[in-house]
Amino acid sequence: MAILLHYGVRNLRTRKLTTVLTAGGMALVVFVFAAVLMLDAGLRAALVATGQYDNIVVTRRAAGTEIQSIVDREQAAIATSQPEIAIGASAGRLASREVVVLIALRQRNTGVPTNVGIRGLEPSGLALRPQVRVTAGRMFSPGAAEVVVGKSIAERFDDARMGGMLRFGGRTWAVVGVFDGGGSAFDSEIWADSDQLMQSFRRMAYSSVVARLADPQAYEALKTRLEGDPRLTLEVKRERVFYEEQSQTLSNFIRYLGITLSVIFSIGAMVGAMITMYTSVANRTAEIGTLRALGFRRTSILAAFLFEAVLIALVGCVAGLLLASVMQLVHVSTLNWDSFSEISFRFTLTPGIVLQAFIFAIAMGVIGGLLPALRAARLKIVDALRSG
Amino acid sequence: MYWLKLALRNALRHRLRTALTVLGLVVAILSFGLLQTIVDAWYAGANNASPNRLVTRNAVSLTFPMPLSYRDKIRAVPGVHAVATANWFGGIYIDKKNFFPQFAVDPAAYFGMYREYVVADDEWRAFLRDRKGVIVGRKLAQTYGFKIGDTVPLQGTIFPGVWQFNVRAIYEGAQPGTDTSQFFFHWDYLNETVRARYPGRANQVGVFVVEIDNPDQAAEVSGAIDATFRNSIAETLTETERSFQIGFVKQTEAIVIAIRIVSFVVIFIILAVMANTMAMTARERSAEYATLKALGFGPGVVVLLIFGESLAIAGVGCLLGVGLTFPVGDWFAARMGTLFPVFEVSGGTVALQFACAFAVGAIAAIFPSRRAATVRIVDGLRAIG
Repeated sequence: MAILLHYGVRNLRTRKLTTVLTAGGMALVVFVFAAVLMLDAGLRAALVATGQYDNIVVTRRAAGTEIQSIVDREQAAIATSQPEIAIGASAGRLASREVVVLIALRQRNTGVPTNVGIRGLEPSGLALRPQVRVTAGRMFSPGAAEVVVGKSIAERFDDARMGGMLRFGGRTWAVVGVFDGGGSAFDSEIWADSDQLMQSFRRMAYSSVVARLADPQAYEALKTRLEGDPRLTLEVKRERVFYEEQSQTLSNFIRYLGITLSVIFSIGAMVGAMITMYTSVANRTAEIGTLRALGFRRTSILAAFLFEAVLIALVGCVAGLLLASVMQLVHVSTLNWDSFSEISFRFTLTPGIVLQAFIFAIAMGVIGGLLPALRAARLKIVDALRSG
Repeated sequence: MYWLKLALRNALRHRLRTALTVLGLVVAILSFGLLQTIVDAWYAGANNASPNRLVTRNAVSLTFPMPLSYRDKIRAVPGVHAVATANWFGGIYIDKKNFFPQFAVDPAAYFGMYREYVVADDEWRAFLRDRKGVIVGRKLAQTYGFKIGDTVPLQGTIFPGVWQFNVRAIYEGAQPGTDTSQFFFHWDYLNETVRARYPGRANQVGVFVVEIDNPDQAAEVSGAIDATFRNSIAETLTETERSFQIGFVKQTEAIVIAIRIVSFVVIFIILAVMANTMAMTARERSAEYATLKALGFGPGVVVLLIFGESLAIAGVGCLLGVGLTFPVGDWFAARMGTLFPVFEVSGGTVALQFACAFAVGAIAAIFPSRRAATVRIVDGLRAIG
């Protein structure tokens, strides 16, 4: 059997151009397949990193996003005073009543107006997001017309760079710092003081309440009580679930489009593999006859040709994955349809995607190589020897 | 003629291989056409925009409303012909995935501007008589099976509660490219209900659609409207309907670019397959080409043969692929429902499909034909496939 495997490898090396072209086609398919999964993984990673497991988000019922949600002061006060919510450092509750609005900013390179989310937080809001670090400048001071901007906002919008001035809500705001949200959706946000923001936009109500649970297990109890309270029109979700739901439309779109494309493209690549393998079998009829005459079984011949097809697929897979891993350097910014604001994320290669790509490539190789390999295995010794 | 026949005969020598190559080409040309059509569909809203319509919105962002009182002030701006109010409703029909655009509009003004939405007279009167009436597009009605007289419940996300609407009219598109996947109801109904439930949020308008007398004045009129509200609580931003729509497309441009790139990747994949086929074919026939040359035919004839065969295969694959694009496109559009309001395979797409197929056929032939043309007769005759 080892001889036959060696034979397959040597054959690929002899027909270099054909091997390269076939593997090249497969590499492109694997590249598209992996790139789509990486995009989806990146989007999910960004949104999962945004939510903390033991945080909850309280919004108006059926609002879905913070932009659509309205939580008035009275309801916010009830929500923040629940016993399940942790006590913060300064003896207050570890809860932040927040307001989120969208403003249109012009992008640096293209000048295209883009919706950017501005979040107004209370001081405890920072403690609720341990993944956020200020990397340049300082945090905004409560009560001042100051903002800090997410990393990806600072990179992409002229006015939002460190030391710049932003004009919105009838006031001018100084950019006093840049923060790194650790790849989360916060990287695409601008943060300011909650009360200042509400006054500027003449809002009477908050958008949401974010709070830390003292005991993560108490979530169900809190949810049941708050949602059952007839005074309130609120909905409680774990922060992680809340952000996951926000990625759903975009994630499904990327996934469906990507899987459909991969399947269609793989037909093309499998056809390519089939052509190569059929030719390879036809050209080597006499050799196959010789092998059979030497005593190799039909199953061994079948295995040898399948192995050859899979080998081409594997070469293609490795090349495709290498190409795809370069994509990790690329940042994607697009409108998130659920939250209606800009989100920025990175192509992310995970071990799971590598595994899926290999399975996908091997499947392409097996399907493309099976029929030709069967033809090779079925050849009669006499006919095969005569044909040479 | 004789050489063409020989090239075609050559193409049919390995029927299985040729059939597989054609299959690959069909798949590639088909998916290329569909992807281009998806990109076109993305821009459909912008392409249907009328040059004499402007959209005025709150300068902060679309999510901020403007007071209703702006309507009369805008109407007084010189050059303005008509003003209509419109609010994005954002309701959920049964499930979140059943997405379609819903607008509260003031019907007489709005439909007066959008003359491409054609409503039958009796249905129009029935709609005006019913406060909870709604006009739905033909495509939307087909997707969800709405009929005249049906009650449609929507769960409000921006305006909470369950809202009931009665289908009173179905509008048709004046052109095949007109978006008939929308849902229009009375702005007054929305406003009255909001006033009863949340008094503070009444009399707020999402956007004003402004019709102007002369499209050439779009810039001046936009400037005049925005100047009227400068330094007010809600400053405005007015732009043409087209740039308003483009603004949406631009924000999701990353996806459009990805689809564009991917649609060309499929052409590269098929190029690899096609080039492989031609390389193998030419290698097998080295001895034949050498014979032709030995008989006194120039290298040009050999090149012609290989190009003829490659282009013939590409041509057949292309014709089948283009032919299939239309029925598959229709099927895809039906499956996607209202996600793509307009899904038409354009002439430009078909031209691109032909151009790509021709390029694939030609490029695939270059390398083998160069080798076949330059190889020495002795080496060619000695070659084994």
